[in-house]
Amino acid sequence: MLEAYFPILIFLGIAIGLACIIMISTLIVARQHPDSAKLSAYECGFEAFEDARGRFDVRFYLVAILFIIFDLEIAFLFPWAVSLGEIGLYGWLSMMLFLGILTVGFIYEWKKGALEWE
Amino acid sequence: MTVALAVFYLLAGITIASGVMVISARNPVHSVLFMILAFFNSAGLFVLAGAEFLAMVLIVVYVGAVAVLFLFVVMMLDIDVVAMRQGFMKYLPVGALVGLVLLIELFLVFGTLRIADAPIAASVPTPEGVTNTEALGAVLYTEYFFAFQLAGIILLVAIIGAITLTLRDRGPIKRQNISEQVHRDRTKSVRMRRVEPGRGL
Amino acid sequence: MSTSYLFPAAPELLLILSGLVLLLVGSFKDHAAGARLVSTLALVTLAVAFFATIIVTPGAAIYAFREHFVLDAFAGFMKGVVFLGALGTLLIAQPYLRQEKLERFEYALLVLFSTAGMGLLLSANSFLALYVALELMTLPLYVMAAFKRDTFKSTEAGLKYFVLGALASGMLLYGISLVYGFTGTISFTALQDIYAAGDVRLPIGALVGLVFIAAGLAFKLGAVPFHMWTPDVYEGAPTAVTAFFAAAPKIAAMGLTVRVFAEPFGAFVADWQQIVIAVAVGSMALGAFGAIGQTNIKRLMAYSGIGHVGYALVGLAAGTERGVYGVLVYMTLYLFMTVGTFAVILTLRRRGQELERVQDFAGLSKEQPLLALAAAIFMFSLAGIPPLAGFFGKLYVFLAAVDAGLIALAVFGVLMSVVGAYYYLRIVKLMYFDAPPEPFDKTIEPELQAVLVVTTAVTALFIVFPGPILGTAQVAASALFP
Repeated sequence: MLEAYFPILIFLGIAIGLACIIMISTLIVARQHPDSAKLSAYECGFEAFEDARGRFDVRFYLVAILFIIFDLEIAFLFPWAVSLGEIGLYGWLSMMLFLGILTVGFIYEWKKGALEWE
Repeated sequence: MTVALAVFYLLAGITIASGVMVISARNPVHSVLFMILAFFNSAGLFVLAGAEFLAMVLIVVYVGAVAVLFLFVVMMLDIDVVAMRQGFMKYLPVGALVGLVLLIELFLVFGTLRIADAPIAASVPTPEGVTNTEALGAVLYTEYFFAFQLAGIILLVAIIGAITLTLRDRGPIKRQNISEQVHRDRTKSVRMRRVEPGRGL
Repeated sequence: MSTSYLFPAAPELLLILSGLVLLLVGSFKDHAAGARLVSTLALVTLAVAFFATIIVTPGAAIYAFREHFVLDAFAGFMKGVVFLGALGTLLIAQPYLRQEKLERFEYALLVLFSTAGMGLLLSANSFLALYVALELMTLPLYVMAAFKRDTFKSTEAGLKYFVLGALASGMLLYGISLVYGFTGTISFTALQDIYAAGDVRLPIGALVGLVFIAAGLAFKLGAVPFHMWTPDVYEGAPTAVTAFFAAAPKIAAMGLTVRVFAEPFGAFVADWQQIVIAVAVGSMALGAFGAIGQTNIKRLMAYSGIGHVGYALVGLAAGTERGVYGVLVYMTLYLFMTVGTFAVILTLRRRGQELERVQDFAGLSKEQPLLALAAAIFMFSLAGIPPLAGFFGKLYVFLAAVDAGLIALAVFGVLMSVVGAYYYLRIVKLMYFDAPPEPFDKTIEPELQAVLVVTTAVTALFIVFPGPILGTAQVAASALFP
């Protein structure tokens, strides 16, 4: 089974190797005369107005965590889809129950307005 | 087998190194990036162990979603790294000592271990000729019905918890009502007024 | 071995199903009236679940869900106690939520799901079922600790509880994976069968796993040395939530601990006995000495809870049927005492503000003699003074310890309860011999009255009618030692 992943290993090796070669060669070949203006963040010719790390609204977090929950739900669907023929009606009903439980959660989230933005 | 062994040590080494970097990087965003590297390498380790499905789920869920969430959190908190690091160096020797003692104990325990002691009931490897995902699917929804449905309910509780703790009522939201817009006609929106010259309304 | 489908899990299924329906009800009716409706229905559900438990609990164990689930007299008894605890604490939470403007219907739902998790936990018959049920129990707890989300302390409590709880779950999982790796099974029944035959030693890797599992369980119990989270979480969480924490999850975790040590590892008493003794000694000592300096009543109750877990573990340390019987009686009586004490704490208010300092009990007897009497009964009982219920709880666990030859442990336990009596009696002294700085609010909400009457009656009159509790506890304990 592991042989199937050998091309990916080679691919990763080449990708990492190439990235390293490019970065190192620019360090060696190019002329470097850094000064403070060159090293500062480029913002259309202005001085940077503020630190890039501003606070995000907590709503981004809510959307992200709801996404993770449904992402996990999808992850459960893959093995189910592959082996549905084998596990039959019982397996199908089992998944429908699982989806039903999360659909209740989805209705709740919809009615509470967690998916609304403005 | 030697290639697999070399890859194992490479992946495990990078995982541990990036784990160390997660807690020692100065910039929290770098910590998250190192964590993503650790996830990728753990996925590689899973592939080596024959758990392909878990490897892919690790990348889809952890790298695709959890790491993004971590980035949000790191951005949201606007962490003062300098303040957070205070006391770190002070507790480091004590923590390192405790960790070292634990490590020595673990070595002592596992050093005296005889393999003959090991599995009494035989554990079942993935059957030959069946893919990892299929083998999981064959038991997850039927044999482990109980745990599977409970996982669904735990996810539901997570939804309730996330909404309870973060959702704030922002007042009525203006929604677009298309049928209302389409059915709007002249009589409802325009009024003709006779304006007398020089006086206005 | 009899197996069945769904039927043995009827109380938990009822809780979960009702949780799903009430979630929809709450979504479509979301305001204070909806919250009240959902809470009322949740209370009814918990009461029905309690009676359903009594009905479905069989004489011999029934297995369900491919043996991940077992219902025996032990599980039935503990579930009954836990459901009662959840019912009582949800009831006393109602006036609190009204007064603090926290009326959101999610509260009752979180209680329902968490309680369902406790029920399933007590019926877990494999480490997999144990873990998912444990998560179902604890995930709502983290949210509830942070329920007063606009205050700094409550969010801090939720976060602390969550981070440390996740760490404990990690230790538990690590232990489970070691046990699985070295024995090849996660089923409690299978583990019991493997080691039932004669003189088998637990593989050393599985022993390390057992230690990690014990650490995870000790954390969930709030027992020394994994107690650090309790005072902060108890103090920061809204008082109604603290009452719930002190009652239901603690008892469920104790039931789980007893089952894990008595069933899958039942053949290795010598291996885990020393751990349980160390944890019990540490918890009793910390509970007794840690509480002395506390000025916040919720922190004091946290230390008191740590101490009581220690006393109950003395019974488990005996490793006999008699010891488990002591644990069951102890936890049942502890439930009534602690819910009653929290009902008193929730009643104390001045100009609508809740009172949290120990000092605030001063002079209660002059203004509300009945409430002060109830509080005094709970304090005497928690201190273990005869003829109140708390004395009998201690008596049974210490007797079991002496029976098992752990005389030093029992003597230490008695010494620690003498030390612990100091701070309980200090509260009684404050109530009866000091003057109140300002008058208390006079009204006692009907929900609090009801709970106070029931808990006081059980605590004070246990000596007269001990039969129902002792009898069922005896049957429950013998289920674990066939």
